[in-house]
Amino acid sequence: MAAGATTSGGTVSNIYKGNSAKLMFPAWAMIGFFLLAPVGMMIVYSFLTKEFRGGVIWEFTLAAYDQFFFDRGLFGDEPPSIEWTYIGIFWRSIWQAGVATIACLLIGFPTAWFIATRRPSTRSAWLFMITIPYWVNLLIRTVSMKFLIRDTGPLNEFLLWTGAVSEPLGLINTNFAVQLGLFYSYLPFMVLPIYASVERYDFSLSEAAADLYSSIWTTLWLVILPVVKPGIVAGCILVFVPSLGAFLAPDLLGGAKTFMIGSLIEEQFKGSAGNWPFGAAASTILLSIVMAVLLIYARNQNKGSER
Amino acid sequence: MTSAEIAVDIENVVKRYGSFTALHGVSLSICENEFFTLLGPSGCGKTTLLRSIAGFEEVSSGTIRLKGEDITGLPPHKRPVNTVFQQYALFPHMTVTDNVMFGMLRSGWSKTDAAQRANQVLEMVQLGGFAARKPAQLSGGQQQRVALARALAPRPAVLLLDEPLSALDLKLRQAVRVELKSLQRETGIAFIFVTHDQEEALTMSDRIAVMSNGEVQQIGAPPDIYESPVNRFVADFIGETNLLDVDVHSVSDGMATLSLPGGHGFTCPAAAMRGAGKGHLSVRPERIALCAEGAGDLDATVTGRVYLGTDIQLHVRLADDEAMTVRLQNSETTIVPEEGSAVGLKLEVGAARLLAD
Amino acid sequence: MASKTDLRRFPGFLTVTIVCLVVLYAPLIVVAVYSFNASTSITKWGGTSLAWYVDVFTGPEAPKFQQAAINSLVIAITAAIAATIIATLASVAMTRAGRFRGKTLSFALISLPLMVPEVVTAVASLVFFTAIGFTSGLTTILIAHIVFCIPFAYLPISARMQSIPDLYEQAAMDLYATPREAFKLVLLPLMTPGILSGFLLAFIISLDDFLITNFVKGAGVETLPTAIFGSVKQGIKPNIMAISTLMLIVSVIFVSLSWLIGRTGQDKNQKT
Repeated sequence: MAAGATTSGGTVSNIYKGNSAKLMFPAWAMIGFFLLAPVGMMIVYSFLTKEFRGGVIWEFTLAAYDQFFFDRGLFGDEPPSIEWTYIGIFWRSIWQAGVATIACLLIGFPTAWFIATRRPSTRSAWLFMITIPYWVNLLIRTVSMKFLIRDTGPLNEFLLWTGAVSEPLGLINTNFAVQLGLFYSYLPFMVLPIYASVERYDFSLSEAAADLYSSIWTTLWLVILPVVKPGIVAGCILVFVPSLGAFLAPDLLGGAKTFMIGSLIEEQFKGSAGNWPFGAAASTILLSIVMAVLLIYARNQNKGSER
Repeated sequence: MTSAEIAVDIENVVKRYGSFTALHGVSLSICENEFFTLLGPSGCGKTTLLRSIAGFEEVSSGTIRLKGEDITGLPPHKRPVNTVFQQYALFPHMTVTDNVMFGMLRSGWSKTDAAQRANQVLEMVQLGGFAARKPAQLSGGQQQRVALARALAPRPAVLLLDEPLSALDLKLRQAVRVELKSLQRETGIAFIFVTHDQEEALTMSDRIAVMSNGEVQQIGAPPDIYESPVNRFVADFIGETNLLDVDVHSVSDGMATLSLPGGHGFTCPAAAMRGAGKGHLSVRPERIALCAEGAGDLDATVTGRVYLGTDIQLHVRLADDEAMTVRLQNSETTIVPEEGSAVGLKLEVGAARLLAD
Repeated sequence: MASKTDLRRFPGFLTVTIVCLVVLYAPLIVVAVYSFNASTSITKWGGTSLAWYVDVFTGPEAPKFQQAAINSLVIAITAAIAATIIATLASVAMTRAGRFRGKTLSFALISLPLMVPEVVTAVASLVFFTAIGFTSGLTTILIAHIVFCIPFAYLPISARMQSIPDLYEQAAMDLYATPREAFKLVLLPLMTPGILSGFLLAFIISLDDFLITNFVKGAGVETLPTAIFGSVKQGIKPNIMAISTLMLIVSVIFVSLSWLIGRTGQDKNQKT
């Protein structure tokens, strides 16, 4: 068997098997103690009573969730009515993340396809060019985007100078600016997995399909799509999930009208609101949504691999 | 054989992987200074047996002795045997010399002794000028020699070779066979060689153990294995053969009287056949002569002719539709019958081998 | 060949790729160019000058940013080293120990920092550190960074280890190396490229982080991203563009290094 098969059984695995707990321990301890336990504690906090200067009083209450979902309150005399403010913010976040994901797919798919079909020697150079911006500090990239598109920024200056527009486009502080920022932040996450799946595609298959009287679109639909679908799905998740909880793009590029989950949560801890249980509750809800998305993805993955 | 002459003694070795049994109680002895081959199709257990001797597999039960000493429970680094791996497994980050010195340095040789010995073995495999290279800078054949040198350098009690020629191309493989054999004579230690290639086994070995389904089918020198296979598997696996269903009428004085398909009587050594009953007659294609129809032991119709260069292979069909092959030497005097013509087949009595059902 | 059947050349895909690269690079290039602007008005071009770079090192905000840069580097180097060691040990277990109890769970745990949204990790860490009364400046940042760097270090290291067949260790043990020697003399040197790229990746990820740092940092402690964020909130000043350009250069150097290391590792593998 070629390289890639690592465990042929026998001695090597036996030697490490006995030590597996010792080898894994630091990772377990670090992540278990400093991530898993904190997430658990955060969920606990979402059920506690708020203290006004930040922090909590150790008294169980559903007040945070009540505030999130209901206007008149679950425990009042009147029948409860839904509070739309926060649900609206979540909905907007999902919408913005979705638009950014679709934009990434529309641009990322042809790009990934183009790169994957270059000669192997040039391929890695293209790939490298796509990935470099990702490694540049996200804050700096977002600030750069803000600088570029703001009303007095170089983009508008240039457009005014050419006469293409008579007044600045007014891009900054719009939904579009946030979508652009998210798109810009996470585009490489879309390109890379699609690239990986297209690269694995054996192009003689499409020649075989063409030989068997398949049109280019039929081939695309019946032969290529099933092969690259896992890459597309993975790319969409890798863009959608971080976009959903993004903070920098909405905060720097958006305005008050483009408030997203990340900013809502940040405000509870760092900003003026100072309501920790409510922030913890919003975080818990966000975490639940993300975990649901990942679980659905994982289940479909398993189904796919069983076939 | 006295125990002093035995290099490796394998006694009733069983290896199970979960519910799968890879070795069903294998017993065999390998002598000092012997070129011993484990031959069989893939999955027959030959590599598992070799890896058990090296210590890479823990046997489920049974005993492995090296020069009389029980090594069954020893880890690989405490066994004085070395392996030439199928993919060579040369350490890619080390030079050829460092590769060859690795085993010696781990087993307590001094640096100067090890360096001297490394030079010596590299000369032995004709790679003296390549000491400073990295494995990636060598050809496949050269890498194979380094692997050999590395395994021989620490003077192992036994050398294990796991299909070491399978990654080489045909020409090179044939050349290396000869070298390997002379290297074994030169070093005077036992070589245990694993292969699925019967030609390799027949040309190099002193003795061969034919394995199938985790069991040893037959152990013997190459001519014994080829000419006196003990069962259908060995007959079929080693070389080409025709297996005919025959009725044995009687056995006396070691000779069996039987009737061939088509009714002709035939007498040949009884071998494992003890009495009357159904049996199989194994006849090698080159041990059949053509004659006029009705004059031989069998009558057949020629269904095809294949030109093989040195030989001509004739496909024939018996009256009961059984297919056989006959090999004729390609010479000017050979008369090759036309397709469709009826011929008689004469079997060489000494070369026909009767096998129990 | 009939171009109709050649799916490798969809017309327009090159254009999209170029658009993609323009979108990715335009903001960075514009900022890099404007960092050399001599004018104090950041949008009007007033000629080329290094004035803002001088300002970064000597200007009124220089001490603040220098301290932030030192903090960032100390945290990134320490966190990357710790995460790399932890990830190396974990990937030895995950790729060499065959099946063991809790393997699937271990993998889930290692990938957890990648799955939990950053803002949730930030909230959870803040809540946790506050609850256990642990709010001392750099340490909290460091611990949080180690945690989210582990999967980033783990991925290239385990990928590298998976590509090394255990045949080499078998050969070493066949040649009288003890398991410890087999690890030290054979596996570890072969893993080195993976370990190095894992370290570089973790380093860049740590340097990149804003959100989690902003949540867990003690009062008065700043890293470069939090200091830049604080400054940008008051408006984009030219010295920020100079700092951004410097950080951009550092990132590009590190990624290029990581890429080159990864490539030499692959070449070696392909040849043998």
